[in-house]
Amino acid sequence: MNGPHDLGGQHGLGPIAPEKGEPVFHAEWEKRALGVTLSCGAFGAWTLDESRHARECLPPATYLAASYYEIWIRALEALLKRHGFVTEAELDAGHMLEKGREPKRVLTADMVAGALAKGGPCDRPVDQPPRFAVGETVRTRNFNPETHTRLPRYARARIGVIEAVQGSFVFPDDNAHGKGENPQWLYTVAFAAGEIWGEGANPTLTVSIDAWESYLERV
Amino acid sequence: MSEHHHGAGEGHDHHHDNHFTDMEARVKALETVLTEKGLIDPAAIDAIVETYETKVGPRNGARVVARAWSDPEFADWLRRDATAAIASLGFTGRQGEHMRAVFNTPETHNLVVCTLCSCYPWAVLGLPPVWYKAPPYRSRAVIDPRGVLAEFGLELPAEKKIRVWDSTAELRYLVVPERPQGTDGFGEDALAALVTRDSMIGTGLALSPEEER
Repeated sequence: MNGPHDLGGQHGLGPIAPEKGEPVFHAEWEKRALGVTLSCGAFGAWTLDESRHARECLPPATYLAASYYEIWIRALEALLKRHGFVTEAELDAGHMLEKGREPKRVLTADMVAGALAKGGPCDRPVDQPPRFAVGETVRTRNFNPETHTRLPRYARARIGVIEAVQGSFVFPDDNAHGKGENPQWLYTVAFAAGEIWGEGANPTLTVSIDAWESYLERV
Repeated sequence: MSEHHHGAGEGHDHHHDNHFTDMEARVKALETVLTEKGLIDPAAIDAIVETYETKVGPRNGARVVARAWSDPEFADWLRRDATAAIASLGFTGRQGEHMRAVFNTPETHNLVVCTLCSCYPWAVLGLPPVWYKAPPYRSRAVIDPRGVLAEFGLELPAEKKIRVWDSTAELRYLVVPERPQGTDGFGEDALAALVTRDSMIGTGLALSPEEER
């Protein structure tokens, strides 16, 4: 979707203002936000792709004004309601009002080290060989789905070069919407800055994205 | 934020104690509901927080870089199969499942961004800093990397090539900075002390021995 999250190349969003000696967390609630988000992800009720899509579906004004932990929490509330684990009334009350859906698993303290060490690999085998080879010139597709995609707007309809075939991975555009993992080959595609930004682009700059096979066309 | 809506804007107003900030109250309410329902274990949250406060952070990545500087065979392995090479040092897991290492050279400087969200190599760098997840960095890194680097106090030679890696998939990128001059004979511990977090994102360089002191 062409949402507020797709930020590459936008102007006017202000200075970066890196913080010297930045702490891991800036407030206690950020710690709880991290832990609650990871704990609820462990239910197995939604995929990482669905949770990313829930974040980019926040209203643009909310998204752009929020810290990232706030984005996480707002999206998590939407996911928990959508999947029947909590109700709006419970979030307002701050207490359980009814028994909701039971998750496949609840992350307990003894499971944390193992779960974090294991992570969630997204590589999956596919039957067919990769369609594109390293060094090949390709064009990214021009599409504007209202659904989830990981092809940023700035890199659509651009000519680039396949720099690496990175293996085959879960296809987020489908997986975010419960349509299955449908793995595809993934490629690193490099673009000269002039191809993306046109006049005045820095000639020393190359930008790459990681693109699923169906994002790409032969030139 | 002064808004009190829940979810993707479809919620209605609610009230909370004035001495909490909005987000404190909001997260507290959420954690309380989930705990009462038996859906989360507060001790698990403590364990997650402790992991990223004390165990998983940029010192992990610094060990990887120091080893790569010290051991050409390891550097070669890191180039070919970063996930396995990094796992051999004990760094695995969440947001480090599919690692790629990109090496700075005298000709090319690498910079990593996630324009679409906040993808970051947790297993080697820990949790991302606020600026990495915020709109200014995410918008500008791909169009004006030299301007971005200037904000970090880094001016690269005009002829140096800049390669920006937008983490649009599940590959997580670790920049291996150039080994500083004047470090011949340094052991891995001394080398690791020169490797800053920002140098592994590409918004900085490794410290010289003089800077580190």
